[in-house]
Amino acid sequence: MSIVFIFLLLVSLSLFFLPKRIQYPVTLLLVVSMIILSGQVAMQAFSSTKPVNISFMRLFGEEVFLVVDKISAFFVLVINLTMLTGILYAKGYLKPYLPEKSKTAMALHYFSFVWLHLSMLLVCMLRDGLSFLIVWELMSFTSFFLVIFESEKASTIKYGIQYLIQMHIGFAFLLVAFLISGIITGEPIGFESLEKYFSTQAVFPLFLLFFVGFGIKAGFIPFHTWLPHAHPAAPSHVSGIMSGVMIKMGIYGIIRVLTFIHTDLLAIGIFLLIISFISGVIGVILAIVQHDIKKLLAYHSIENIGIIGLGIGVGIIGMATENYTLAALGHAGGFLHILNHSLFKSLLFFTAGNVYRQTHTRNIEKLGGLIKKMPKTAFFFLLGAVAISGLPPFNGFISEFLIYLGMFKELHTGDLLLSLLLLGGIVGLVLIGGLAIYCFTKVFSVVFLGNPRSYHTENATEVEGSMFISKYIIGFFIVFIGLLPLWVLKPLTGVVSVFTPNVSALIDVTPSLQGITISMSIFILVIGALWLVRKWMTKTKTIETGPTWGCGYTGANPAVHQYTATSYADYVGNLAKHITGTRKHYKIIEKDEIFPAPRKLETHSTDIFEDYLVSKPSGKLLKFLDRIAVFQTGNIQHYLLYAIVFMILILVLTILNLL
Amino acid sequence: MVLNPLVIFLVSLVFPGVVARTKAKIVGRKGASVFQPFFDNVRLFQKGNVYSKTTSWIFQIAPVIYFSTIFMAMLFIPLGKQPALLSFEGDFVVFAYLLAFGKFMMIAAAMDTGSGFEGMGANREAFYSLLVEPAFFIVIASMALLTNHTSFYDLFNNLHLESELSYLIAILSVYIFLWIAMVENSRLPVDDPKTHLELTMVHEVMVLDYSGFDLALIQLANGVKFAIYGALIFNFVLPMQDYFATQLVIFFIVQLIFAISVGVLESFRARNKMSKNPQWILSLSALAILGFLSVLIITGKIILMD
Repeated sequence: MSIVFIFLLLVSLSLFFLPKRIQYPVTLLLVVSMIILSGQVAMQAFSSTKPVNISFMRLFGEEVFLVVDKISAFFVLVINLTMLTGILYAKGYLKPYLPEKSKTAMALHYFSFVWLHLSMLLVCMLRDGLSFLIVWELMSFTSFFLVIFESEKASTIKYGIQYLIQMHIGFAFLLVAFLISGIITGEPIGFESLEKYFSTQAVFPLFLLFFVGFGIKAGFIPFHTWLPHAHPAAPSHVSGIMSGVMIKMGIYGIIRVLTFIHTDLLAIGIFLLIISFISGVIGVILAIVQHDIKKLLAYHSIENIGIIGLGIGVGIIGMATENYTLAALGHAGGFLHILNHSLFKSLLFFTAGNVYRQTHTRNIEKLGGLIKKMPKTAFFFLLGAVAISGLPPFNGFISEFLIYLGMFKELHTGDLLLSLLLLGGIVGLVLIGGLAIYCFTKVFSVVFLGNPRSYHTENATEVEGSMFISKYIIGFFIVFIGLLPLWVLKPLTGVVSVFTPNVSALIDVTPSLQGITISMSIFILVIGALWLVRKWMTKTKTIETGPTWGCGYTGANPAVHQYTATSYADYVGNLAKHITGTRKHYKIIEKDEIFPAPRKLETHSTDIFEDYLVSKPSGKLLKFLDRIAVFQTGNIQHYLLYAIVFMILILVLTILNLL
Repeated sequence: MVLNPLVIFLVSLVFPGVVARTKAKIVGRKGASVFQPFFDNVRLFQKGNVYSKTTSWIFQIAPVIYFSTIFMAMLFIPLGKQPALLSFEGDFVVFAYLLAFGKFMMIAAAMDTGSGFEGMGANREAFYSLLVEPAFFIVIASMALLTNHTSFYDLFNNLHLESELSYLIAILSVYIFLWIAMVENSRLPVDDPKTHLELTMVHEVMVLDYSGFDLALIQLANGVKFAIYGALIFNFVLPMQDYFATQLVIFFIVQLIFAISVGVLESFRARNKMSKNPQWILSLSALAILGFLSVLIITGKIILMD
């Protein structure tokens, strides 16, 4: 294995010396070979009952093993799929940047891409603490370099560094958590020592440390503040990968830690359920008020992390209360949603990337009517939008369905607390679903439908066909999982069985999933048949075109006389103004103003978590540091004075025997 | 089984007519025949289409998908002892999400016209349906809690087996479903179908630019949607009857009463102020939670006194 590693290192380093046009094929080759290698290991893990153990390398004299169980294998497959579609999409997306970027800049980008892939694979495979933390760090660094690809923009660097800082806060929590478990159990730090720690010590405090550490990566509210900035700053294929799989590494970490916890699960389950509920609902509410398409999608990642957390959370509650139906279905839904989200979120980011590439703006208020100019992009965006809203017959529905079914089935059997928690979970999923529909009807309509809102869309044309290869692959999986969910249930059963001793509930769910397959097939047939009938009926009829009905008035500027994203979001913005911090600035029309002059209305929205957890504290810190800066006068005499004062202080302290 | 969608569809053809007739009678007009909406649709099916230049294929496919979702939803409805064509655990989730898919497409279609009015209607539709959705799921959750079953058929057929108290829950659920049906079908007090000002419409304004075949499909679908909710209400109140014929008679009576009560409610109620709608719709969820709490008491999970 170490030979493969050294080979990979050397080839990826050679990227820096290759001419620009060969860099991409080499990267593709590297990514594909990693996919084949790790895919084989994952398949092996899926088919065997025990985790696959592979000797990796020697680190500081210690032998490091790759341990691949079914959970790791599942994540490996998710990573590989998105990295493949990501690198395929990157070719077309990076093309406009090629002339202006230097050879080294491109090489750095590709190099980071390869190493992000490798580090994510290793994160899922390493169990030993030291090597895990190293690859975790590697993952943050490589993704940082990917984010700051457009480093000539000041904001990109700013948000990149913000991302890096937050990742290191998370890292500090993980380090402390690993150290505590290592010191108390006396074993070498790593996941294996957790088994002993959790069986002897209080579970919740250490879990909380891990949760914060991994939760910052995953983007649970209130640790999400890096996401809405880093995703828009990054190039679109990177946003797709970060949102599709990298944040799932945080989920992986939480799941991995949970596999070692066998006591006190109820408190953890309730905690997960509550924080996921908050992440889901507030994530989507904050998404609704965004105007930057990629920022909006970033907030949706938080929402989907909430759905995943809801699934895992009710699964854990099921484990704690020994309701294995709930446990199996909750976990299955959560895991499936990890895969599903990686599919539709990367699809949405890639299509948003198409829009950005052709219009050079991410502000949806400046777009509109793109469906006529970019029909294929519009189609795939719609597919992603419907899938992410959890609507049938697509994949997002299946994972939500499993979670729903688990919750509804156990309402009766559990005690009062469980029934109330499950009701909360159900209401959470319903609210998230409704808000997601609200949000995605908004984005899709404002970007692709209606009339163009600015000059940005004038020269937009469809992107070249090769940029759609990745989208066809993702689209296939979205429809496949939506129509034939039984096919994914079997591998999923293996993954869930790592957690839950009894997975018979996943066999009992077969008739329901068959029912979904049948009804969705009928559904598609009905649509097809009806479409044909419609065609046949209207064939001989006169079809006219005219202007849109505007109460008989056609003189208005069509771009102005249509609903904007802001007004669409207004209802939710008003309802949740304490979360979104929506403020409107306008001049009221005075009573004596008979002929009002033209005036403006501006709305602003913020994220209260960011305000109170990041901006305000760091602002206060900076103010304090400013005050300290009075010592920095730039005058050499003052600096000499400080030295003398310091020396006298030392002298006095020594004489007084205080040192 | 095959009969269920058939009778629901039959009812849906005259349902809007009965509502309109009731309203006419109450205000002292003679009113059109109950088949008038049906004849209107037949006429529309034979007409050509006018499309706005702004619209795209979304606008054309939306009515087809909308009708298909409602058609599919119809297949999920059991009638008493007659199971639905499609019945499995969790079918009500598919039912609700299918309806949501139809709404998604209709909202997109309204936005496709690039009209400020239709955008406003679409926005309101999205907002109101997101607010009303929890009420439906909480009512179903109360029933699942009471019966320990998770399909429409089992939920309704086991509702009254355990305890007589379940009739209380049924009454509350019928009340909630009645109002959910009013919101989902864009009737008073949330939306007034007979308003003439685009600014105050919700559903009517969304379909302003539709004509011919597409408009007929949408109106047909709306009728079916009403009849579906009527069928659900029928399932709540159905006393256990063994003969299908008696059930069928009761079904038609319940639908008739439902249609007449919609007409009566619409005649004696003014439309809410737009800004009051969210609170009003959310109060349905609050009521549903009350129902859930009562079921917790019935099932002995909340013990009030020794």
